[in-house]
Amino acid sequence: MTLATVVPLDVVERYRDSVEDRTFPTVREWRARTGRMVTGCFPVYAPVELAYAAGMLPVGLFGAGNQIEMAHADSRFQSFICSIVKSTLELAFIDRLEPFDALMFESICDPARNLASVMARNFPQRPMTYVHLPQNMTSPAAVDYLAAEYQRVADELGAVSGHPVGAEDLRRALGAYNALRAQLRALYRLRAASPEKLSTAELYTLVRLATLGDPIDVEPLIAESIVTALGREARAKDRIRVVVVGSFCEQPPLELIAGIEESGCYVVDDDFLLGWRLMKGSVDETGDPFRALARAYLDGSLHASTKHDLRRPRAAALIDSVRATDAAAVIFLGAKFCEPGLFDYALYRKALDENAVPHLFLEFEEKMWNYDKIRTEVETFVESMLFT
Amino acid sequence: MTTDKAIHYQGHVHELQKKLMADYYAQLTAIAKGQSSTKNAHLLIAGNPVELIRAFGMIPVFPEVNVLQLAVRKQSLPLIQKAEELGYAVDNCAYVKADVGLYMNGYQAPYGTVPKADLLLCNYVGCNVYLNWFEHLAELTGAPAVNIDVPFIRSADGEPSTADLHYVVKQLEELVARLEEITGTSLDYGKLRRTVENSALVGEMWAEIKDLTKRRPAPYDAYFDSVTMMAVLYCLRGTDEAVTFFQAARAELTERAAKGEGPLPEERFRVVIEGPPPWPFLRVFRDMFSRWGAVAVASTYSTVGGIWEFGFRHDPQRPLESIARHMLQYNLCNRTFLQRYDQMARYVDEWDADAVVIHSVKSCRLFSAGQGDMREYFVREREVPTLLIESDLEDPRYFSQAQLRNRVDAFFEALAQRRLTAASDAAVAAGGRR
Repeated sequence: MTLATVVPLDVVERYRDSVEDRTFPTVREWRARTGRMVTGCFPVYAPVELAYAAGMLPVGLFGAGNQIEMAHADSRFQSFICSIVKSTLELAFIDRLEPFDALMFESICDPARNLASVMARNFPQRPMTYVHLPQNMTSPAAVDYLAAEYQRVADELGAVSGHPVGAEDLRRALGAYNALRAQLRALYRLRAASPEKLSTAELYTLVRLATLGDPIDVEPLIAESIVTALGREARAKDRIRVVVVGSFCEQPPLELIAGIEESGCYVVDDDFLLGWRLMKGSVDETGDPFRALARAYLDGSLHASTKHDLRRPRAAALIDSVRATDAAAVIFLGAKFCEPGLFDYALYRKALDENAVPHLFLEFEEKMWNYDKIRTEVETFVESMLFT
Repeated sequence: MTTDKAIHYQGHVHELQKKLMADYYAQLTAIAKGQSSTKNAHLLIAGNPVELIRAFGMIPVFPEVNVLQLAVRKQSLPLIQKAEELGYAVDNCAYVKADVGLYMNGYQAPYGTVPKADLLLCNYVGCNVYLNWFEHLAELTGAPAVNIDVPFIRSADGEPSTADLHYVVKQLEELVARLEEITGTSLDYGKLRRTVENSALVGEMWAEIKDLTKRRPAPYDAYFDSVTMMAVLYCLRGTDEAVTFFQAARAELTERAAKGEGPLPEERFRVVIEGPPPWPFLRVFRDMFSRWGAVAVASTYSTVGGIWEFGFRHDPQRPLESIARHMLQYNLCNRTFLQRYDQMARYVDEWDADAVVIHSVKSCRLFSAGQGDMREYFVREREVPTLLIESDLEDPRYFSQAQLRNRVDAFFEALAQRRLTAASDAAVAAGGRR
């Protein structure tokens, strides 16, 4: 692996195993240390600042990966439903969600919405809040609606934690996450500029850590990693630069992400863990913070397969990303049965063909163990680009 | 105990519906062929503001109705495959794929020609695929598109918030401005009120018709026969023709109820059916239940476009607010999965059903995702016998006739046995008391 030839990133080494550990050791440690509550946030995008302002730690809840066997959830959700929906429910059935005092779901897709209901029925003791994110991005009324929605969610979470959310609480939370996201953007810029200095497996581990920890704790760790990575003296290898899309919700195993790079690619942009870095810039910390957070979602966020902004087709945004990162190709890495992603692929494919950008379609499931087939496909794709 | 005799389900209502729908498609075809200057908007069935479209003299086009008719005529598969060649996945909703295929075929369908949209009006009412669907149509056809964002129900009591209501009304006002641009006319509020009044009348009659299936025998099948009336309810709601049709339907079905007539020679089992039907095999599927004397007394599918049986009516005095309430609150799709459990439980209790049948369709995850939990709820917590079967609403490749029939047969055999056992136990108990 590339890491052997360069200075290791201490943070990545330290947290490599725990970020995938579904006993949530870092969350338990935080809870024990602070005595505060935790909200589990289902992807894609959750307004985490609201939970943080209520004195809780918002934690990304990205299913069970390949860590558990399904025993209960399969009988609740059918075979044609994506794995993350089932494995998140399974975590609840086997009591792995014990560190979570509340759960937050959002209007990202139909199975996730129904999961919120099924979770609420089977585990009524754990408060659940459902956020309806707007899909009319051009209506002048949308910002009022979303600000009111955020106020409602904050009230619900505040009632759980016993800490009602005031404007100043939310401003502080905006500040904490603005700082964290600024580091995440710097991390992405560094990788796009010098992918030989920072592998995507490393980057992914760091972003994943950001979904698990207190932003106050994680932000300096990422800053430290950026400094270390910048100081590396690594030589660029003969790889193609690719943008990876399609993994914005259910997450591929880390080994698969590493495998794509090791098969001859430098990933220079992706949509892994997208919701945690959705904002393109800082959310305004002055004025009404609920409106500021709402405005940022409506007008200042990255394109996402679950956000239908008729002002800008996502396929055009993908092409922009390819151009901006000087990528040679796109790999669509879609979760099996993920309808928003699969729908986007049809439009992506059309746009990529029209713009003569080579592309490869791959499908994964979080619970997969064997990556040989995918690696072979990527290797073949890379060879076809390098040698034909 | 079963019968395989051919059953004729058609009545006068069916004939009337056929005529109205033929007229409706003739209007669409005339627009598509440039013989009519009437403007059209494509919109979706669940909780829509069709009253506004009609008030502007525009005609609504419903892609869901277009593609289900292709499936009924067994013409959906080549269109689905055409879309898959373009990159759509096997796991994408087959309604969308059939519609994309239909567009690629020049919108030529056996029932008429579909006009290209003057406006793609996506009423986002719960179904996230709706958003994808119209986004794709916008990209493929170049037609202008607008999303009406309807906040999903989040409260425990099923009520939308004031902010939700305000948000939807505001968007409807923005839609009015957009429709004024498209048609070059101002909104005639008198016409809007009359249109909303027609919807209120139709809602009232539809609710009365639904109430009739509480009788024994039910005068019609609330799943298979409801779809006949739903076509008019959706495509023509707000028009005088819809009012006339529902007057005729109510009269015919009320008369049947009075005479004690049902859709089958004998009503042996009363069931609640959840989920859309398998359109490519509608008749075959119906026969699987008919041979057991099973009649649907209520169905969730018949509430996709609106729930009127529990009291909601459009209000001509407050047209935009009542349209907004319909979109927010009074249609199946914008309500939570658990509200659906409650709705079905009411059907079981108030319509006196023996069992629940869940038809899980792969295409529509709004309906299907989590129906295993729904079965758990009805079997374990309400002790209602529940059958869960799977196929699809549009894609014939997912319909396994022999397997489905085996499942249906086994279920009703068990129900019949349970009934016999209960009768025998009751007789023994009665004997013991003597």
